[in-house]
Amino acid sequence: MRATALECVGELAEKDDRVFFIGSDLGQGSAQAFRDAHPDRFFMEGIAEANLIGMAAGFAFEGKIPYVNTIATFLTRRCLEQVAVDLCLHNLSVRLIANGGGMVYAPLGPTHLAVEDIALMRALPNMTIIAPADADEMRRLMPLTVEYDGPIYIRLAKGYDPIVTSDAVPFAIGKALPVRDGEDALVLTTGVTLGPALEAAERLDSGGVSTGVLHVPTVKPLDEQTILEAASSVRAVVTIEEHTIYGGLGSAVAEIMAESRLTGSVRFQRIGLPDVFPDQYGSQASLMERYKITTDHLVSVVKDSVEVQSITVA
Amino acid sequence: MNQLNERSDELRHMIVGMLEYGGRGHLASALSLVEILSVLYDDVLAFRVDEPNWSDRDRMILSKGHGCMALYAVLGDKGFFHRSEFERFCKSEGILGGHPERPKVPGVEASTGALGHGLSIGVGMALSARQEGAKHRVFVIVGDGECNEGSIWEGAMCAAKHRLDSLTVIVDYNKMQSYASTHEVLELEPFADKWTAFGFGVREVDGHDVTALREAFEDLPCEVEKPTVVICHTTKGKGISGVEEDLSWHHKSRVKPEEIAALYEGIGSR
Repeated sequence: MRATALECVGELAEKDDRVFFIGSDLGQGSAQAFRDAHPDRFFMEGIAEANLIGMAAGFAFEGKIPYVNTIATFLTRRCLEQVAVDLCLHNLSVRLIANGGGMVYAPLGPTHLAVEDIALMRALPNMTIIAPADADEMRRLMPLTVEYDGPIYIRLAKGYDPIVTSDAVPFAIGKALPVRDGEDALVLTTGVTLGPALEAAERLDSGGVSTGVLHVPTVKPLDEQTILEAASSVRAVVTIEEHTIYGGLGSAVAEIMAESRLTGSVRFQRIGLPDVFPDQYGSQASLMERYKITTDHLVSVVKDSVEVQSITVA
Repeated sequence: MNQLNERSDELRHMIVGMLEYGGRGHLASALSLVEILSVLYDDVLAFRVDEPNWSDRDRMILSKGHGCMALYAVLGDKGFFHRSEFERFCKSEGILGGHPERPKVPGVEASTGALGHGLSIGVGMALSARQEGAKHRVFVIVGDGECNEGSIWEGAMCAAKHRLDSLTVIVDYNKMQSYASTHEVLELEPFADKWTAFGFGVREVDGHDVTALREAFEDLPCEVEKPTVVICHTTKGKGISGVEEDLSWHHKSRVKPEEIAALYEGIGSR
């Protein structure tokens, strides 16, 4: 997904001379094609995230469209004030491409995880947050980022993630994508948890629990109408995300459901990281397993939520 | 030698006026900036009052946004907005807040106030101009206390790396910050050496001497292919007796009428 994102930035630069690239201290050869083709618009400025964001703001004030790329947690925690003041307060069209959203960097420990990045970005006015599910969706997203007004946080997974999206459902920034219909339960997901969500829905369906899946790549602005409409026709709504349950997709959905008339008629559950710093290394998959951000757990939570005791789910 | 003149006094009157109307403000931090800003806008910067976003203008970012009353005085005096706005300083409906905002205030290039932001923004603007082949320059005024922020030095390294000779950093080195002297809070010295080591051409001037300031700003960059820093030695609260000596004027709220009267009285009584 990351390689695709940077390829796309290079392609956008070919078509639009306002497209700039700013990296921190990325791996050797990163965005090489961009650098070769447009050295005057390519900047690799070191481990100085506050400066990267300020620079990007300076470019954007002058009408450029900078794509800033570094590790997700450094792009959010480290320079939060620059993102808030320089980018969001001025509503500048800067694109933050965040490597390793979630628990991708599990073996590197908690300093490198980005499990509250969505929460931090959600709190900032004007910020748009997008977590594509795979490289194909990234390819559909990136051309739309050029003319979009205001800052965008693009949360990347690790790369080589399985392709789980198709262009059958048209992609648009700000739209929740109904990828599967269901009558009993609805699963909402963002980013790479679309894969487990689809697997779980398949299993639930075959066990008699008709489960829909609404993929929410754009966490902010939230497609409230689509979500509430989908939620209004089921008995249970479950969110799953590779993020703390505080402030991410689950919180966003909970907020709008609590303020809607659905409260009381629909069971609601969140699946995500609890309020902890992950205490193991291993892999993204092993941490997801440890914190039950899995297909199995999703199946179980949905089953419990719809209170269908008699149906056996495979 | 006393370098202040009638123009200095006039601008200080406007600043005290804003303080009177708003009832609060970073008075002393504004007073050390008056001559720097008046020389920039009177003699150095290219700008068009009736076209604040004119593409060829020189960019001037007040990174120490809390000194904004001095900037407002100069911008209002030039006609970027009507001087009646001074009366709405810090008021709900006013455009002039306790820190300057773009695009609320015509002539303000970036919203500042949180310290350590302006230099990196200026670096981006200067690099953008270079990429376009544009000739305008970028000036960034930072405070000495602001140079406590690591991001200032991130921006400085970046400016030097790119040999941004169209970029000038102006330091209002009044040697006092909110709590106490810069020496006591976080020593900056050897300050000029630090900027030299970071790759800047360095010039030091008396920041209240309009002739010296003019000479410094008209001779940029001071070294070829390097960004310039002009370290302006200033006095916090300069030009109003009673303020220069009193650190509590760094920022004051609920300013009393008798204090305002004393401030007007103190202008020019040097």
